[in-house]
Amino acid sequence: MTAMTMETTDRQVAVRLLAGTGRALVDHTATFGVLTIPSENDPAWATLISEAVSASGLLGRGGAGFPSAAKWNAVRRSGRQPTVVVNAMEGEPASRKDRTLLSYAPHLVLDGAEVAAAVIGASEVVVCVAHDNETAAVAVTHAVAERQRAGAARCKISVVRPPGRYVTGEESALVSWLGRGAALPTVRIDKSVPLEVARRPVVVHNAETLSQVALIARHGPDRFRRLGTPEAPGSTLVTVSGAVRSPGVYEVELGTPVIDILHRAGLDSELSGALLGGYGGAWLAPALLATPFAPAPLKAAGATLGVGIIIALPAGSCGLSETARIARYMAGQSAGQCGPCVYGLPDIAADLEWLATGRTDPRLLERIQARASAIEGRGACRHPDGVIRLVRSALNVFADDAKAHADGRPCRGHAAPTVMTFPDDSAVARRPS
Amino acid sequence: MITRHRVALRARVDPVACDAYGYCAEILPERVTLDEWGYPIIDGAPLDADLVDLATRAAAECPRRAFLLERVASDR
Repeated sequence: MTAMTMETTDRQVAVRLLAGTGRALVDHTATFGVLTIPSENDPAWATLISEAVSASGLLGRGGAGFPSAAKWNAVRRSGRQPTVVVNAMEGEPASRKDRTLLSYAPHLVLDGAEVAAAVIGASEVVVCVAHDNETAAVAVTHAVAERQRAGAARCKISVVRPPGRYVTGEESALVSWLGRGAALPTVRIDKSVPLEVARRPVVVHNAETLSQVALIARHGPDRFRRLGTPEAPGSTLVTVSGAVRSPGVYEVELGTPVIDILHRAGLDSELSGALLGGYGGAWLAPALLATPFAPAPLKAAGATLGVGIIIALPAGSCGLSETARIARYMAGQSAGQCGPCVYGLPDIAADLEWLATGRTDPRLLERIQARASAIEGRGACRHPDGVIRLVRSALNVFADDAKAHADGRPCRGHAAPTVMTFPDDSAVARRPS
Repeated sequence: MITRHRVALRARVDPVACDAYGYCAEILPERVTLDEWGYPIIDGAPLDADLVDLATRAAAECPRRAFLLERVASDR
């Protein structure tokens, strides 16, 4: 396949996060204003900020949508000195939002990280940028040095480069890499118990989440809530790709209809659907493209916001073939720890490839559903569950196609080139389409 | 009034540790079935009293120590 280029320059509709005019500290301060963080422990300030973030209704932008302030409360209760981890791994191949943010507004992310550190009493911030993401790493490393030169750094900030695999961005895997150098997800019975590195609690925040924290700390929760909906307040970053003229990262109000976001990115053709959330996300049928881009409405439509990915599938493309490619890629991204993920994902990917090419098999759809049920919920992390969500949504949204394919009548779209993005070194990218 | 909470046990598998030896399904077929890849699917409902000995044995026999018993509050 041809690697899709995603131009991000001059295409953002800057509302808040992408309002900056330059990445230098002086530009940052000119755009967003000075942020005052107490250098000494200040419980009154910490409580004020924690309550502001809580009142803002900010949900994490890393995919799970966890309330950001709740993470702080869990760690503050632990009574041990914590570390703030900035998760800018962005392992979703179709996502560009965190690297865009780090490249355009690194100081906004660092501001948010320092706010979080000051609130929970951390003296250290660790920014994680994937090993293969040089541009963002250079930008954030430069920004850290700039803050130190300006005497503006309030705590120790380091930039580390974990391997750029899909699962490394999963927070328990990331913390495992920081602690013991192996990016393996761990079993977590109770997710309210903080993760630890070297017996110290860590709070992991997605990079975009922290940039939102930086603005809430400056302007308070009411301004944040002026955008978005009461249930899903604020703006968010969306990476749009596929059948649009201007793929890239857009800042949108939560609750904006998906179709409006697609139009902003230059949609000018019929679609056979859209992939929402990421490669562990779900398909949205053409009739549901007016669904508001917010967690609850997307869930009701059988989709998910995930990490803010929208991929427009052009009419004439085959959703089942695209799903097969994604399933094969995701099978290869397993951390290799849990049997149902290690053995189940390749098997279900093979089923989908079989279905995509239209080989007649009356039991095929039944087998895919049975395997989906057997795999779901049986991994240490949610990696296999995401794949299953995507597979089920494909069989639902493209149900007529699936029936025709299983009857030996594959659609012409099977031969169309993929609109998905795969890392150059993945088996899917090497395979001729 | 004093409410007595009995403690019940339920089975769970550590999916990372499990290597599909399958002993648990041999010992406790009442609560464990194997998927097509040989990994256990566990019924995690509280164990009836007559299954506790077998479940304890399944936990002890697991070569990977992946078959776990955990306490749950039960009002039965």
